[in-house]
Amino acid sequence: MNEAYAIPAVAVVVLATVLIGGFGLRISRTTSDFYVASRTVGPSLNAAAISGEYLSAASFLGVAGLVLVYGPDMLWYPVGYTAGYLVLLVFVAAPLRRSGAYTLPDFAEGRLESRQVRTVVSVLVVGVGWLYLVPQLQGAGLTLQILTGAPRWLGGALVAAVVVLAVAAGGMRSITFVQAFQYWLKLTALLVPAFFLLLAWHRDGGAPPAFPAGPELPSSGAGTGQPIATSRADHPLYATYGLIVATFLGTMGLPHVVVRFYTSPNGRAARRTTVFVLALIGFFYLLPPLYGWLGRLYAPELTHAPDADAAVLLLPGRTVGGIGGDLLGALVAGGAFAAFLSTASGLTMAVAGVLSQDVLPARGVRHFRLATVLAMTVPLGGTLLVSAVPVADAVGMAFAVSASSFCPLLVLGIWWRRLTPPGALAGLILGGGSALAAVTLTFAEVVRSGWLHTLLAWPAIWSVPVGFLAMILVSLATPGHIPPHTSATMTRLHLPESLTVRQTAAAAEGGGTGTRAEAGSTGTREGP
Amino acid sequence: MHRLPRHRTQWEIDEQTTLGAAYVRSLMRSQLRAGIAAFAVLALPVVTMPLFFGALRNATVVWAVLGFGCYPLLVLIAWWYVRRAERNERAFARLVRGADPPGTP
Repeated sequence: MNEAYAIPAVAVVVLATVLIGGFGLRISRTTSDFYVASRTVGPSLNAAAISGEYLSAASFLGVAGLVLVYGPDMLWYPVGYTAGYLVLLVFVAAPLRRSGAYTLPDFAEGRLESRQVRTVVSVLVVGVGWLYLVPQLQGAGLTLQILTGAPRWLGGALVAAVVVLAVAAGGMRSITFVQAFQYWLKLTALLVPAFFLLLAWHRDGGAPPAFPAGPELPSSGAGTGQPIATSRADHPLYATYGLIVATFLGTMGLPHVVVRFYTSPNGRAARRTTVFVLALIGFFYLLPPLYGWLGRLYAPELTHAPDADAAVLLLPGRTVGGIGGDLLGALVAGGAFAAFLSTASGLTMAVAGVLSQDVLPARGVRHFRLATVLAMTVPLGGTLLVSAVPVADAVGMAFAVSASSFCPLLVLGIWWRRLTPPGALAGLILGGGSALAAVTLTFAEVVRSGWLHTLLAWPAIWSVPVGFLAMILVSLATPGHIPPHTSATMTRLHLPESLTVRQTAAAAEGGGTGTRAEAGSTGTREGP
Repeated sequence: MHRLPRHRTQWEIDEQTTLGAAYVRSLMRSQLRAGIAAFAVLALPVVTMPLFFGALRNATVVWAVLGFGCYPLLVLIAWWYVRRAERNERAFARLVRGADPPGTP
């Protein structure tokens, strides 16, 4: 790849991120602006921002890499990443917005009225966030190495520095603009080269690549993350179902996704935003598999090389060639950096929010900035320590932890009145804790083969039922601990805003019933 | 003492009466039904598909279904659910304001 074009492209993306972040700095003045953009973000801007934040290194590089190596069975990754939003929409989106909390720990405390549950949720949010940040930084290291031959740690360090700057400077408001911009950038960066790749493929005769048919997958070409590859080849059906459960149920609990829903103006807008998101990311996911498919044809040696994740970056140069190939390669590289920056900044925002509220002693913007640095330092260290796992697989593990802890908490918390704090604690610790332990053991490569490794690498199939069962059974066993205001909380979560506006208006008036009818009539006029 | 407001049902919800709680429960039930219906439409094919693909051993079908076909369907299910959830909420709002004489704002 010709670095003369790729390095300026990456530099432009990085600069644009910092500049748009700086633009937000002048707008965000209050603490509320800083955290959730004062809840004034409309559905289309917010949907582009959610999509921009969500499409990470795993989507941009990882999906194509896995499809290239293992064939079409890996298409479950993008399908799961998308379908997770549908599950989020039907069970969580509107009530989550109506809960009126900033973060998952806020939700847990508001619903269950327990500081202990809040603390455990905070720990898990930070854990999932860090787990998800590591592959982003690794992806950045890989990309910069391919572009310039720089050592692996440099790309990660660069992304970490830019993200800390952008997040600490502008907070959520600036991030909303940055993320929306980066969705369209990422889409362009895959769509335009894809068009030329298909033209070149047609010129070359248009022969379809040969993939191994059926479940017998090559176990030889895994490179890094070898044990995961062997496990996948040995138990493909179990791995597929584990992946489906983790991605379908895990999306709703990802800390950077959840925090975005609080920026919608009301529950109805939160729902509509989610439909936009499904359309936007669904459209994006048509592209990475195409790269994997063509990669099989034009870069077949990657199935045996250590870094199949590089397929997307290498294809334009290989297929189109010449100066056109170099320019398209530069565009893809810029898009890849947009992917690392956007997801990493969203995650850093969420983790820093939790750290500054629950770990650091005082609230306020200055502590938030300190928390931002802290939120990024640990995963950066992790990037240097752990061995590389394919980015899509590493991200899948973060989904698994989220699915076994936050999914039961959100679904039962929103729909089941008998949930108690001890029950929630049991579910979070048994479900989320066991999943977290399983993926930590996988990363540490304690168990390298056999069924035990498979069970640990794709924990969601057993850890999600464990989380749900523990939460339900312990709640049923402790009926005396049902939070006293459960009924009022449920009303707030489910009542449309058009009916609750009068309630809050009345509360603001000190409960005077005389003003209610007026407040209600303004509330009911709040239309689409 | 509370003066009885014009909208009696709204007052019951605001004041957390038993009747008000019953109204909210009915809304929750209808919304949960909508959610479970949408989830079932998603989950049933998804649970059977990997087995089906495994038995079929035809990569072209897998590419067509997972690579392209499923995304419009996901958006369709989402759109159907949002319409139904908003209809539930409108019906509930009508019920709550049911005592309104026609012509009040």
